[in-house]
Amino acid sequence: MKVLVAVKRVVDYNVKVRAKADGSDVDLNNVKMAINPFCEIAVEEAVRLKEAGTATEVVAVSIGDKACQEQIRTALALGADRGIQVETEGAVEPLVVAKLLKGVIEKEQPQLVILGKQSIDGDNNQTGQMLGALTNMAQGTFASEVAIDGDKVNVTREVDGGLQTVSLNLPAIVTTDLRLNEPRYASLPNIMKAKKKPLDVHTPADLGVEPKAHLTTLKVEPPAERQAGIMVESVEQLVDKLKNEAKVIS
Amino acid sequence: MSTLVLAEHDNATLKPATLNAVAAAQALGADVDILVAGEGCGAVADAAASVAGVGKVLCADNAAYGHQLAENVSLLVADLGAGYDNVVAPATTSGKNIMPRVAALLDVGQISDIISVESADTFKRPIYAGNVIATVQSSDAKKVITVRTTAFDAVAAEGGSASVEAVDAVHDAGISSFVGEEMAVSDRPELTSASIVISGGRGMQNGENFAMLESVADKLGAAVGASRAAVDAGFVPNDMQVGQTGKIVAPDLYIAVGISGAIQHLAGMKDSKVIVAINKDEDAPIFQVADYGLVADLFNAVPELDSSL
Ligand SMILES: Cc1cc2nc3c(=O)[nH]c(=O)nc-3n(C[C@H](O)[C@H](O)[C@H](O)COP(=O)(O)OP(=O)(O)OC[C@H]3O[C@@H](n4cnc5c(N)ncnc54)[C@H](O)[C@@H]3O)c2cc1C
Ligand SMILES: Nc1ncnc2c1ncn2[C@@H]1O[C@H](COP(=O)(O)O)[C@@H](O)[C@H]1O
Repeated sequence: MKVLVAVKRVVDYNVKVRAKADGSDVDLNNVKMAINPFCEIAVEEAVRLKEAGTATEVVAVSIGDKACQEQIRTALALGADRGIQVETEGAVEPLVVAKLLKGVIEKEQPQLVILGKQSIDGDNNQTGQMLGALTNMAQGTFASEVAIDGDKVNVTREVDGGLQTVSLNLPAIVTTDLRLNEPRYASLPNIMKAKKKPLDVHTPADLGVEPKAHLTTLKVEPPAERQAGIMVESVEQLVDKLKNEAKVIS
Repeated sequence: MSTLVLAEHDNATLKPATLNAVAAAQALGADVDILVAGEGCGAVADAAASVAGVGKVLCADNAAYGHQLAENVSLLVADLGAGYDNVVAPATTSGKNIMPRVAALLDVGQISDIISVESADTFKRPIYAGNVIATVQSSDAKKVITVRTTAFDAVAAEGGSASVEAVDAVHDAGISSFVGEEMAVSDRPELTSASIVISGGRGMQNGENFAMLESVADKLGAAVGASRAAVDAGFVPNDMQVGQTGKIVAPDLYIAVGISGAIQHLAGMKDSKVIVAINKDEDAPIFQVADYGLVADLFNAVPELDSSL
């Protein structure tokens, strides 16, 4: 079984991103970039399927400019076998990403496609589901457990009320939640080996897709500032403030 | 102009998140209809018909929709949505699961998690864990939108008298099936709609210690939440996680106990009206967003709080 994993280059999750002064965009100058944490979990899951003998090959795909090859190399260092970059100018929207991934799927014919549930830059939470619709594949989103079962996969999903398990026909799409697994660290020898693994580059035209914008960002701004609070000395004072000043408890 | 809102429900009751989504839908300025897709969901359709300001309720009652499987429900919503200018759902896990599929079927983008409607095509939404707010304009003829429920005041659940129309179309993609679920049962208010939330973090040390928070919660009529660290450590189940990738809450009062205040946690609670932080580390970032901060050992402070209520 071949597994395709989609990995996105995003700002490192520890960075507190700010809007540029002119409000045109966020300021990503000299900011640390990394593989989206949910995508790292996706790679780990695919590699574990390979180690378990369920998967035969793990292919990591990223869509973006040349810099995203770095995140493909990260995926290769974590154990993916080969990489595919779909070269676009700048960032593209989830629907376009989904169309490009559909193009890659048509070439590669994977049995399982694993994506992150959400990219931590745009916080969209869309791509896997859109890919499902475009390919008419079933989806197990927000997965905390994935179990291949013959020509089906059982996915346990983190939903608002608790956990839900669904059974999906293969090929299928899975999007990862944080508790699916804990990704390993890439060892130095594996980072070296990753440099020699194959990495193909496609263009959107190769895949028959013309990137299109559906949303324009008019402005970015900081969220409303909270007024500075105070420190209280005791629980007694806290309760008094909550009752008599904030009036949120009685 | 017309807008279709996908109802959030469990086949028995209409969930309050629907009322926030209807509020956002009304802000679009068009007539609002509600779609109830489910199995044996007639009572939900009746409840939806009494929501204030709703034109009509479409009720698609079929086994194919019984568990809100995205593969099936998205086909239905895209089919019915073809006749609407906007399709809206609350940004719950169910809405997030279904709506992007609908958008792709309609070949339009999705505008996720909006916090305001600026005009019929322009919206505000948080990005980068809420560190920035983007104003975005859609160029699609049809808008597919999910709504951050905490950002819109719910419309009244009563006062409307919409008609209920049965939808006969059955869309069964036949590629997925429901196996089972483990739902949390609690007598406390639901996290995302509670007016007071008390959350514990890694500082709680274990699941048993959450009983201290539950006791306070019961006195205040509060819901209990948690940081991801507390969920990851297995202290409490996943449905209690507040944050960028968990639940978004904005109660009148949020009490953070033994939570450091990572940006991913703040993303889920910093729109609360009043924030209290109890932490033994005076440099914990949570104090930067707290209205009232108390530097104390939670194992002393929480029992003291409990006995003073
Ligand atoms: C992609 C991604 C998504 C994430 N999404 C979320 C999310 O949705 N929600 C979320 O919460 N996190 C999320 N996180 C994790 C986040 O980065 C933090 O790791 C997490 O919020 C930390 O939880 P915490 O504050 O409980 O633990 P810690 O940071 O370990 O803080 C524990 C705090 O408890 C205090 N403490 C300890 N003992 C006591 C005591 N006896 N009395 C008083 N205080 C005490 C300490 O001083 C400390 O400040 C995400 C991370 C990633 C990478
Ligand atoms: N540019 C991209 N390249 C590769 N994968 C992507 C890209 N954008 C989104 N994805 C995948 O889709 C997931 C969800 O992203 P989003 O829908 O943007 O929140 C990510 O975790 C990735 O797995």
